[in-house]
Amino acid sequence: MSVLVYTESEKGKFKKNAFEAASYASAVAKMMDTTVTAIAFNSTDNESLGEYGVSKVMNVADDSLTTFNAGAYAASIAEAVKSTDAKVVILSSSTDTKYLAPLLSAKLSAGYAPNVVQAPDSTSPFTVKRTAFSNKGFAHTQIDTDIKIVGVSNNAFGAHENKVDVSVEDISGTADSATNDTKSVEIDKVVGKATIADADIVVSAGRGMKGPENWGMIEELADVLGAATACSKPVSDLGWRPHGEHVGQTGKPVASNLYIAIGISGAIQHLAGVSASKTKVVINNDPEAPFFKAADYGIVGDAFEVVPQLIEKLKDFKAQNG
Amino acid sequence: MKILVCISNVPDTTSKINFTDGDTKFDTNGVQFVINPNDEFGLTRAMWFKEKQGATVHIATVGGPSVEPTMRKALAIGADEAFRINAEPTDGFYVAQQLAEVVKNGGYDLVIGGRESIDYNGGMVPGILASLTNMNFINSCINLEIDGNNVTAVREIDGGKEKLSSALPLVVGGQKGLVEESDLRIPNMRGIMMARKKSLSVVEPVDGLKATEDKKFDKPAPKGQVKLADSVDQLVDLLHNEAKVI
Repeated sequence: MSVLVYTESEKGKFKKNAFEAASYASAVAKMMDTTVTAIAFNSTDNESLGEYGVSKVMNVADDSLTTFNAGAYAASIAEAVKSTDAKVVILSSSTDTKYLAPLLSAKLSAGYAPNVVQAPDSTSPFTVKRTAFSNKGFAHTQIDTDIKIVGVSNNAFGAHENKVDVSVEDISGTADSATNDTKSVEIDKVVGKATIADADIVVSAGRGMKGPENWGMIEELADVLGAATACSKPVSDLGWRPHGEHVGQTGKPVASNLYIAIGISGAIQHLAGVSASKTKVVINNDPEAPFFKAADYGIVGDAFEVVPQLIEKLKDFKAQNG
Repeated sequence: MKILVCISNVPDTTSKINFTDGDTKFDTNGVQFVINPNDEFGLTRAMWFKEKQGATVHIATVGGPSVEPTMRKALAIGADEAFRINAEPTDGFYVAQQLAEVVKNGGYDLVIGGRESIDYNGGMVPGILASLTNMNFINSCINLEIDGNNVTAVREIDGGKEKLSSALPLVVGGQKGLVEESDLRIPNMRGIMMARKKSLSVVEPVDGLKATEDKKFDKPAPKGQVKLADSVDQLVDLLHNEAKVI
C-alpha cells in the first residue's frame, strides 16, 4: 500500500501543481507510515519528484497520450491505483485534473474531496479541510470509501522539499475500456504567458477602466510583474475581455500569492472567487469600494494616474533587484 | 433529441454564508435559493436546442420539497417536464447515482449539468454520472454544437481552450460560455402560468453509496484592516519588505 499522486506535466516538464501535489502526498504518506508513488504521462524530468518525497515514479510512456485525454488518463491512473494497492490518491486542481477526477472516482468507487487546503485533519477516519461555498466557508469532509481521492487546491499547501531516493519505471498506458469517446481537435493556448491557474501574481481590472481600449496599461503592468491578466464579471459580460479572464464565483478561482485589483469595486461574488489569494491589493478611486474591506493593501486613487506610476516604479525596482 | 438538465438548488450568489447546529449545517435562514448559475447556462443552451432543433428538455433535481420553487422556475424558463428525486443531496457520488437512474429510465441523448455547484463546489456529479451511464463526457464546456449524433464542443483549459469532437450520448459539465450572460432568461408571466401545469414527478431514491460526509464547517478568519499606501513608492516597499510578494 502506498499513496499515489498524479503529477501533471506539460511538454514533458512537471507543472508547479505537480510538486505541490507530491508534497501533499508526502505529508499524507508520513501520517500513514507509507511511501509515495507518482504516476506521470510522458514526463522527462521524473527524478525531480524525489526532491518532494516521491520514492517511485510510474511514467506512462505512450505517444498516443501526449495530448490530455480525460478518459484514457483516468483509466491509466485507475490501473496504477490497483497495481500499487493505493488507498489514497492525490490530485491537483487544474482544469484537466478536475475533468478526470470524477471519472476516476466512478471507476474506483472512491469518494472525492476537491479543493483541499491543508494536510488531513486525520487519516482514520480520513477527514480533510476544503473550501466550500465558493471560498465563503470551509468544510471538513470525511471520505468513507476504501479508496480516497483528494484534490489539492492550487497554492494552498505549497511545495515542500523533502529529498528521498527515487526510482523511475516506464509503463504503458491503459486503453479506456469505458470509452469516453472525445477527441482533441485543436488547442488554442497562449504560450509564454502566465495563466491565472499557475501565476504567482494576477493583475485584474474592472469597469473602472472605462473601456477595452484602456487595457494596455493593465497588460503592461502584468508584463512587468510576470503576471497573468484577469477581469471582473461585468467586464467579460460586456465583451471587453475574453471569458477565460473572468475571475470570481462563477468564473475562474484565483489562488495567487499576489492579486492586484484595479477599478474593481469588490462585489461579494468577486471577493469569493479571489479570496484564496495570499496578498490582495486594491487600486480604486472610491474609498468606500467594498474591496478595501477585503484587501491587505490599497491605494485610493485614479487608476489612470496610479497604474502608469506603478509601472515605472516597478521597472526601476526590477532593474535594481533583478 | 431528448435532453436532461440537472439542476442544483443553491444559495443566491449574494448570500452571506453562515453555519448552524454547532457548525455542522449550512444556515438557510434568510437565504434565497436559485438555479445554480452553471446549470442555468446549460438550461438556457438546452432551450436553444429546443427552439432551433426541436429537442425535448426535462430537468431533474435531487432534493426535498423545498427545492420545488427553483424547479418551477426552470419549467417557467421553458423546460417541458421535471423529476425531483426525493433525497437530501449530501454527497456528489450519491447524487450522481440518483440522476443516473433518471437518465437510464428516460433514454436521454444529452445530459447537461453545471461544472460545479456554487455551494459545495464538488464538481463531480456530471463526470460520475457519465461513467455510471456509459456516456461520453466533456467538462468545463463553453461551446456546444450538435449535428445528428456528432458533437463539436469547446472546453476551457488553463490558459486557453480546446476544441473537441465527440458523439451522443453525452454528458456535459457546463458553465458560462455555453450561452452568454445576456442570453439568460427571466421567466415571464405566461411561462410562470404554464409552469404550474407542467408535470413535476417525485421519484423515490435508489440505494446508493454515500462516499463523503461534511462533518463540520467553518468560516474564513476575519480580515485585518487594509493598509492604505500614500504613494506607489510606499506600496512597492510594503509589497517587497512586508508582504514579500515581489
